[in-house]
Amino acid sequence: MAESHKQEYIIEARGLVKKFGFKTALRQVDLFLKKGDCLALFGPNGAGKTTLIQTMCSLMRPTAGKVVIAGFDTRYDSAALHQFIGVIAHDTFLYSDLTAAENLVFYGRMYNVSRLNEKIENLINLVGLSAYAHDQVQTFSRGMKQRLSVARAIIHDPAILFLDEPYTGLDQQGIEDLKQLLMKFRDQGKTIILTSHNLSRGLELCNRAAILNAGVLIYQEDIAKIKKDDFKQIYLKLTGEKTWPAQAPLPASSKNSRRSCGKISYPS
Amino acid sequence: MWKDFLSELRSKELVLSMCLFAFLVLIIFSFAFGTGLKSFKGIIPGILWVAFIFSGLLGLNRSFGVERDKGTLPGLLLCPVSPWEIFLAKMIGTLIFTVIMEIFTLLVFTILYNQNFLPFLLPLGLVILLGTLGFSIIGTIFSAMSSTTSTRDVMLSILVFPIYVPVIIAAVKATGLILDGTSIQTVYAWLKILVAFDLVFLLLAYLTFGFIMEE
Amino acid sequence: MSASKRVFKMTLEIITFLAMFAALYAIFLYAPVEKTMGLVQKIFYIHLPAAFLAFLGFFITFIASLLYLYKRDLKWDAAAFCSAEIGVIFCTIVLITGPIWAKPIWNVWWTWDPRLTTTLILWFVYIAYLMLRSVVKEHQRANFSAVFGIIGFVNVPITFLAIRLWRSIHPVLISSRGINISTPMKHTLALTFLAFCLLFFCLLKSRIRLEKTRMDTEMVSALVEEKFYSN
Repeated sequence: MAESHKQEYIIEARGLVKKFGFKTALRQVDLFLKKGDCLALFGPNGAGKTTLIQTMCSLMRPTAGKVVIAGFDTRYDSAALHQFIGVIAHDTFLYSDLTAAENLVFYGRMYNVSRLNEKIENLINLVGLSAYAHDQVQTFSRGMKQRLSVARAIIHDPAILFLDEPYTGLDQQGIEDLKQLLMKFRDQGKTIILTSHNLSRGLELCNRAAILNAGVLIYQEDIAKIKKDDFKQIYLKLTGEKTWPAQAPLPASSKNSRRSCGKISYPS
Repeated sequence: MWKDFLSELRSKELVLSMCLFAFLVLIIFSFAFGTGLKSFKGIIPGILWVAFIFSGLLGLNRSFGVERDKGTLPGLLLCPVSPWEIFLAKMIGTLIFTVIMEIFTLLVFTILYNQNFLPFLLPLGLVILLGTLGFSIIGTIFSAMSSTTSTRDVMLSILVFPIYVPVIIAAVKATGLILDGTSIQTVYAWLKILVAFDLVFLLLAYLTFGFIMEE
Repeated sequence: MSASKRVFKMTLEIITFLAMFAALYAIFLYAPVEKTMGLVQKIFYIHLPAAFLAFLGFFITFIASLLYLYKRDLKWDAAAFCSAEIGVIFCTIVLITGPIWAKPIWNVWWTWDPRLTTTLILWFVYIAYLMLRSVVKEHQRANFSAVFGIIGFVNVPITFLAIRLWRSIHPVLISSRGINISTPMKHTLALTFLAFCLLFFCLLKSRIRLEKTRMDTEMVSALVEEKFYSN
């Protein structure tokens, strides 16, 4: 890759390998995202999606390879790059004996957010929890915790968002709200990486799609260039689903599709 | 920065249960030794430090245990702070809790055993603080390790006690000397060991804590 | 593998075998019986080298732990583990042979002498090390045990200092452990030292080989499992 290209990528993952003991969760994953890219990551259970997300956002140290985010290597400058990333994971990272507002105050101070009170009020309104701001989190339902978790993740206005199954536990309204929010972020030029089991939710938001299977990135392509049949076949084969979700908004197949197997194929 | 960690760490039940436990330890000692002990003065430091350590362990178990149980540790690690800062915050939190418990224990001891610690308050406070600092440092390191295991509480004790031996010896000896009313000079050698221990382990924590936080 | 090659690979083992026999001969037949202590003094020929090797084992654990954290190569973690295990064995020998000698000579099984106490603490530290390894999750094991291996070793001098200071304030009952040592005794001691050192490296070598085999086996079975699931 030419030197001049390097600066373009806000996220560079090269040769990522992650082993847990003797089990290999990721094998030589290469992933490159430009600023403003929005990647949907699909794959069957146990494919390594969560491991990939956690490795990329510096929660896990890769066994081999490296991740560079906004010029910071996750292994060495994790404290510095945390200012740029927001993460929503399976766990909500919320303290259940604190109230919703207190949780946000805590995380807000950790990130040195200025004009915090104002910010928190806005966020709580944004995620629709204003009636519950001063209730302890342990009284919340899973969906409410997930909403608060979204507020927690964006409290410092991160330029990059990692979302691991963000829609789980949300009701229809919550899903719609989060979708609108993410679309707003996308239009603001934030970079988003999202894993989901729900194909249509991933595809309607993102401009790139990738499929991970058994720790290998077997498919990675721009949404606009996806050859419908390829993608469909791979996805169906991996997930074992019989039918293609009817509502999945795939664009018409395009001729210049580039398929990749394990290797990166970023259109230059 | 520390304040936030501490405000987050506030849980009254923990301090309360630590104090109660220390209280019980003192009472058990009075039953175990009876009341007509001649050389009671000699065992005061021992009783005090046993109460401190056992009650302190109670608090240590919660230090990282709480974060692991609630799954909030990754949230902390994702904040723009280094593992060292997380260590310091946790350590200082443990230190403050343990010191509160120790003050309470001394008060109860004064009442139950009719001892007056007031004349020795300053040197005694120094020794207790240094000893507790050492305890909090190694305790926090090992609490981060043992919290990942299923036999958390037992493992923590097994890890902490052998390493804590020099502090136990130095602190008990220094406490005894102070209560005997000897001058601070004779205690000096023991203070040196306490300070050396604290500094060495603070340095070790600085160098190694990042490795413990890694997944 | 040809027979001569195999013999060559076993050189260390063969020399150790011979040296151990020579040491036994020296201890029981060559070295004279000590006048005041009698036969029980001979246990020192085992006690002293074992103490040295226990310490050496823990020192190797310390160095290997440092190297692991620096290089992040699991082979150093394996070396640290194996060395700690052998160190614990020798430390146990020290703690058993010590009281056997002490009972008839000092008239007590145990005394809180600095050296004795430090050895006992050392034993506890490395038992804790081995226990930690057995309970921690696999992907964190190497990091945790390396950190504990370093902390445990750095703690030794502080512990020794504290215990010495602790004892020197109280009158020490047994002030000197010196033994009048004659030339044949010196020879014997030197020989047993050599034999025990060889034994140590023999054990370490085969333990590391065993650990490596275990790791290889696990890797292969993980691979097989993976292939099985992916097809």
